[in-house]
Amino acid sequence: MNSRYEVVIGLEVHVQLTTKTKIFCGCSTEFGQTPNSQTCPVCLGLPGALPVLNQQVVDDAIKAGLATNCQIAPHSIFARKNYFYPDLPKGYQISQFELPICEHGWMDIETEELGKKRIGITRIHMEEDAGKLLHNEGSSSFVDLNRACTPLLEVVSEPDMRSSDEAIAYLKQLHQIVVYLGICDGNLEEGSFRCDANVSIRPWGQKELGTRSELKNLNSFRFIKQAIEYEVERQIDVIDAGEEVVQETRLFDPDAGVSRSMRGKEEAHDYRYFPDPDLLPLQVSDEWVEKVRSCLPELPGVKLQRYQDEMGLPAYDAGVISSERPLAEYFEALVGRYDKPKICSNWVMGEVLGALKEHNLTIDQCPVTPELLAGILQRIDDATISGKIAKTVFEEVWNSGKTADEVIAEKGLKQVTDTGAIESIVNEVIAANPSQVAEYLGGKEKMLGFFVGQVMKASKGKANPGMVNQLLKKKLV
Amino acid sequence: MKISQNDVEHVARLARLSLEPDELQTMTRQMDVMLGYVEKLNELDTTGIEPMAHAVPMSNAFRKDESQPVIGIERALQNAPASGENCFKVPKVIE
Repeated sequence: MNSRYEVVIGLEVHVQLTTKTKIFCGCSTEFGQTPNSQTCPVCLGLPGALPVLNQQVVDDAIKAGLATNCQIAPHSIFARKNYFYPDLPKGYQISQFELPICEHGWMDIETEELGKKRIGITRIHMEEDAGKLLHNEGSSSFVDLNRACTPLLEVVSEPDMRSSDEAIAYLKQLHQIVVYLGICDGNLEEGSFRCDANVSIRPWGQKELGTRSELKNLNSFRFIKQAIEYEVERQIDVIDAGEEVVQETRLFDPDAGVSRSMRGKEEAHDYRYFPDPDLLPLQVSDEWVEKVRSCLPELPGVKLQRYQDEMGLPAYDAGVISSERPLAEYFEALVGRYDKPKICSNWVMGEVLGALKEHNLTIDQCPVTPELLAGILQRIDDATISGKIAKTVFEEVWNSGKTADEVIAEKGLKQVTDTGAIESIVNEVIAANPSQVAEYLGGKEKMLGFFVGQVMKASKGKANPGMVNQLLKKKLV
Repeated sequence: MKISQNDVEHVARLARLSLEPDELQTMTRQMDVMLGYVEKLNELDTTGIEPMAHAVPMSNAFRKDESQPVIGIERALQNAPASGENCFKVPKVIE
């Protein structure tokens, strides 16, 4: 933390929605298609074409608003934001200005430095994306309008963050929420979750905000952190040199680790918003809001708490499991079949995530379904197999897709619980290791582990470890 | 005057219009008359009346999230002054 200046950060995030079609026309939103293959008169901005609002976009906006504690406006309107740029065929972007659909929300974030903190959300509004500009070596640029009219939510925070760490905590949480809601794929590289940061500094104790600069082109959490930290240092240098910070837009260059001013754009900020006569006002009834609310998934923050309070998971386990919705759903399906949450979280975080990483798969592709895993865990409980053999069974189930019972039967992995059989191995081990027996009897109790190991090895891991322990203790006197 | 020559110059620049000095004067005069005409509306007392954003008393026109046919790259680019690589070709844009 700087001792002389307080850092003030507000964030604007563009969340690209996962609707099948665009916000105002029926063209596909699929990424990476041949340029201009997904266009029609509306998204090309041809004269006379009439935009019609995709209802799914409104549903998604309400979801985002409810998940971030916003008030959902019963009445909202669309506006034209006027500016000229080659990627904007109409000469205006359809957005919301006055009367956005969501306002006055908040999210609680957590950082190591400060613990919990509430960050205000000013507004969330719906808008269309612009097209994409492609550049090559020549004297022309190329415009692809496939992305034009793709639905976005713009989430605007209050200037409530005081460090790059808080900004990142806010962004990660917002990212987790929109992905959980299923309204955004969360892909930063493909631009599905884009962030602009408004950064200013002020002497400690000063109430008025300093002049801010707006950082653009931040497409990874790491770059966002770098860009904010660079900007804070730059503003301190400017002020220390006796100059004034100018309000401007700056473009971050991740390769060079610096930001550059986009000069001469100031006048372009006069957007002359006015209500778009092509689009009717939007009325959202209480019934509509309640219907969306009833379909909301349980959010990560709520799961995190419930896993600790109701299931008794440690905070760490609860955090890992609730971090992604498919993982949480896998875990919950598992607990539904095998009601020992801590054992379930151990297996999910250990074997399951380990194997997924090794095979480069996602949880949705996990060949050991919650049913199959529960089957393995039940065989540990009823002493058919030991915890150690269970790991072998897990691998076999992973590779074959067979059930635990099938694998145990085929591979002969059933635990030996026959006292006689174990006893004879115990006797052999004791007979074969007289010096260790002497050490143990001489008071070196740690040697018991050695004997257990030997017996387990001789039984190829199939002896019941509890019985082995008991028998050894009984015999070694 | 409701509008200054500077205002008109500013708006013209935003609209990418370049006006000759005599055009600028004419425009300023004409726009001033237009604004004066619209100003008449301010004579009405609108206290307690909700501002309206649209002329027709309707709301909520939606479409379902279902695909509609596209027009195809060739037709999309048909009116472009210049095109290439399936794209609209424009003068180099430097950020």
